[in-house]
Amino acid sequence: MLNYELTEEQKEIRELCRRLAEEKIKPYSQEWDEANKMPDEVLKIFAQSDLFSLCIPEEYGGMGGGLLDLCIATEEISRIDGGVAASYAASFLGMFPILLFGTEEQKKKYLPRLAAGESIAAFGLTEPEAGSDAAAVKTTARKDGKFYILNGTKHFITNGGVADIYTIIAVTDKKRGPRGMSAFIVEKGTEGFEFGKKEDKMGIRASATRELIFNEARVPDENLLGGREGTGFIVTMKTFDQSRPGVAAQAVGIAQGALEMATKYAHQREQFGRKISSFQGIQWMLADMAAKIEAARALVYAAARMVDRGEKNSGPASAAAKLFASDTAMEVATQAVQIFGGYGYMKEYGIEKFMRDAKITQIYEGTNQIQKEIIALDLIKRYTK
Amino acid sequence: MRIIVSIKQVPDTTEVRVDPETNTLIREGVESIINPFDMYAIEEAVRLKEKHGAETIVITMGPPQAESALREALALGIDKAIHITDRAFAGSDTWATSYILAQAVKKIGEYDLIICGKQASDGDTAQVGPGMAAHLDLPQIAYVKKIEEISQEKKMIVAERLVEDGFETLKAPLPCLITVVKEINEPRLPSLRGKMRAKKAEIVKWNKDAIGVEEDKIGLRGSPTQVVKIFTPPQKKGGEIWQGEPEELGARLAKELKKYL
Amino acid sequence: MSTLRVIKEKCAGCGICVKVCPVSAITMVEKKAVINLDKCTLCGACISACKFDAIVREKEEKARRQDVSAYKGVWVFAEQREGKIAPVVYELLAKARQLADDLGTYVGAVFLGYNIKETAKELIWRGTDKVFLVEDEKLVNYVAESYSRTIIHLVNKYKPEIFLAGATSCGRSLVSRIAVKLYTGLTADCTGLDIDRERRILIQTRPAFGGNIMAQIISPDFRPQMATVRHKVMPEAKADRSRQGEIITEKVEKSLVESAVEFLRFVKEEGSGVNLAEADIIVSGGRGLGKPENFSLIRELAEVLGGAVGASRAAVDAGWIPYSHQVGQTGRTVCPKIYIACGISGQIQHLVGMQSSKIIVAINKDPDAPIFKVASYGLVGDLFKIIPVLIKNLKEAGIK
Repeated sequence: MLNYELTEEQKEIRELCRRLAEEKIKPYSQEWDEANKMPDEVLKIFAQSDLFSLCIPEEYGGMGGGLLDLCIATEEISRIDGGVAASYAASFLGMFPILLFGTEEQKKKYLPRLAAGESIAAFGLTEPEAGSDAAAVKTTARKDGKFYILNGTKHFITNGGVADIYTIIAVTDKKRGPRGMSAFIVEKGTEGFEFGKKEDKMGIRASATRELIFNEARVPDENLLGGREGTGFIVTMKTFDQSRPGVAAQAVGIAQGALEMATKYAHQREQFGRKISSFQGIQWMLADMAAKIEAARALVYAAARMVDRGEKNSGPASAAAKLFASDTAMEVATQAVQIFGGYGYMKEYGIEKFMRDAKITQIYEGTNQIQKEIIALDLIKRYTK
Repeated sequence: MRIIVSIKQVPDTTEVRVDPETNTLIREGVESIINPFDMYAIEEAVRLKEKHGAETIVITMGPPQAESALREALALGIDKAIHITDRAFAGSDTWATSYILAQAVKKIGEYDLIICGKQASDGDTAQVGPGMAAHLDLPQIAYVKKIEEISQEKKMIVAERLVEDGFETLKAPLPCLITVVKEINEPRLPSLRGKMRAKKAEIVKWNKDAIGVEEDKIGLRGSPTQVVKIFTPPQKKGGEIWQGEPEELGARLAKELKKYL
Repeated sequence: MSTLRVIKEKCAGCGICVKVCPVSAITMVEKKAVINLDKCTLCGACISACKFDAIVREKEEKARRQDVSAYKGVWVFAEQREGKIAPVVYELLAKARQLADDLGTYVGAVFLGYNIKETAKELIWRGTDKVFLVEDEKLVNYVAESYSRTIIHLVNKYKPEIFLAGATSCGRSLVSRIAVKLYTGLTADCTGLDIDRERRILIQTRPAFGGNIMAQIISPDFRPQMATVRHKVMPEAKADRSRQGEIITEKVEKSLVESAVEFLRFVKEEGSGVNLAEADIIVSGGRGLGKPENFSLIRELAEVLGGAVGASRAAVDAGWIPYSHQVGQTGRTVCPKIYIACGISGQIQHLVGMQSSKIIVAINKDPDAPIFKVASYGLVGDLFKIIPVLIKNLKEAGIK
């Protein structure tokens, strides 16, 4: 690995997460993948080790620190299990809107709970007809005295059912289009808020993905994020700018895990009377995989640092990191399966899971096509004036 | 309540390899870790602290490098660490080691419970814990798999100890020494805050003068036992490898096993 | 202060000492070994490994000595539960007989309990010359304090030169206390015991580092020479009902058998095949079983063979079977006649707990699994297909 000049704390985070992943996740990874779920206690382990306190300022019970810390943690967990990492990182996706846009009261109420890992968060944007087209949200929120009444269905929500706190994007003023969307903090147990179908996914199966159903759900108006209507779209975009390096880090971790397994296997498997790692064809594959992973990692860390420094134009950098890292993860995982040959296609050997887990990183939190659009629009804006 | 945990730093046996040419154990580059059984002792102390409130102190006897084991114990939630270290301790057998540790415990003063792992993974003797209890004239419960009850007010502990064919329940007055087995708990990982704190924490160092040991009871000189030689046993050679249809393998094994039954 | 010294003229600079040092205290400087005495624990691994005898321990007289000639006899701690003598005791008696004959002395057995006088004869039939019997209500169950005080009293009175106990949860925790109080040497978990006739001392051989190395240990200047002995390594003494011996009934003071520790109860673990220490055959399952339900296959095979059920750490950690079944470094060390490992890859932690078994059968799909390196019979294949066939064949052959 290149020298990324990590702080002492970041090195500790890496070491701790590596141990957590090796000791507490690896032995059960296949089991949870098969079961399409993991026990609730798993996230408690993260909490006990203070890993939910990353990115949250000390005044709200966090460890301070920034997005790069979270990226390192997510990467290390993904190296062993992309599904567990998805659930862990998704809580931050639900937390970021509160951190970025919440009122002081909202921050004081929710961030300490999240930092301590007492509560898990989730972000509710996607709907059956609002995927890449985030502005097509149909869930509505209408004011009723001291409450907002939510109606509609969110789907494909990571940590759905598991989380205690949900940041929900809903339409408060249909006429205003994207500017008529608002964000709400909805707690589990709110009247009229229920969970629907549990998805049976291709990969990241340890994480829960579920429908959220709002049927005349009564949310107190103090839970309108930031205390103001109309911020829903900007909340979404800014949240994704923060979270995309995390998805990219997840991709880097998955790729790294696959590379390590493939290298070990190649050095143990013998064909034609010699280890297959001695064949140039295999060596070249491994070398290409390693080089691409390192490039992706460098890009992800650079993007995370831009966000941490509060640089204005971090959006396209985050998009580029997510695009490149996720494509790398998919490519590396596919090649890793190839190196395993027939064994690689069998679930027992555990490498095909990396291929399944990698795929989602090209899709969620904005498909890679959307990332390209973000990058392209930025290019046009910059060079065509 | 005050709880003392006695730990040992050991080489990570999972990394130890045997050099096939010289038939010696290669320990070069092998990481040092906290004795795996001591992890349960640390965890139990932290759990008792969380449940009943307690001051937890970890002690170890060992060369300067053993300090990292103490720091890890601090990262896991232990409050204070004492490093008992002196060149004069080198070569101590279980008698001398338990004597030195007991002297350190005496210096600590008041305490209610001493917890040790059931044995260390390098020496595998399981003698130092009960040995300490003997030096200190404390009641002991070895191989504890569960603490049923502990009370500082009533000054007593009820614990289940694992034996070959089941378990025994014993009640002992405090202060008491227990050694614990794996079944007692599942050790947590260190926390990030704990790690950062442990990095900066001050570790108390005591040498032979600090704990007031009699010089002729420590080190090689004070140890009744002597190691005459250490050798690597001949490697167990693999026997026959059978491959083929399951039907055939199963039948063949049944036939082979009958020879021994 | 004791120390290690490198004889520079003899050191060939091979570097083997650097490799074997467990605390990285040795470095090579200009092709000669240099020992950092701040790190060194004087364990002696380098002395044994050096082929050129270039490392020496600076000899230092022991600080204390005893008049060892006053001590005679080889004693065995006759462990019992509910009046039943632990099987390891018969192994100790066979060994004690041999050692006593080598030394030209007697075999003694310390037998503590309540209403056990009849059983004491069994000890004589198995080779004991003198049974030292202490009966008291307070000694009905093993409690470290009262047992150790009583035995210390007897040792001080009769002065045996050797004292052996089984390396059991009772024996180990008991004699550690006794050895400290008597200020004498104790060697744990021995697998070999011999007499150096010339010096009239006991040479104790024991595994360390999970069996990866063996150490020979003596305590020439202290008596009794104490050792715990691993179960099932040494052969049992056969009973000879015509054998004669002496039963010495000892009356001890009340204060010796009093204890602050109260024995509340003993709960025997339910279910077949838990007592791994006693089993002649152990069938163990690992991660390869895939799920907890599949342990039924292991249980069935164990039942057909009349054996106990073991498990790897992976299976225990996954919650498929209780910890009491775990074989290996953090579980139990076992030494059965036949050990059958099913779906266990054979991590070093597991191997150290079972590799001294006489016959090891491994059934595993992965031909590269490390378990095959120690297996007497390694079956490469699907355990779910092989074991049912095995069970069927064993049953047909009328085993069980």
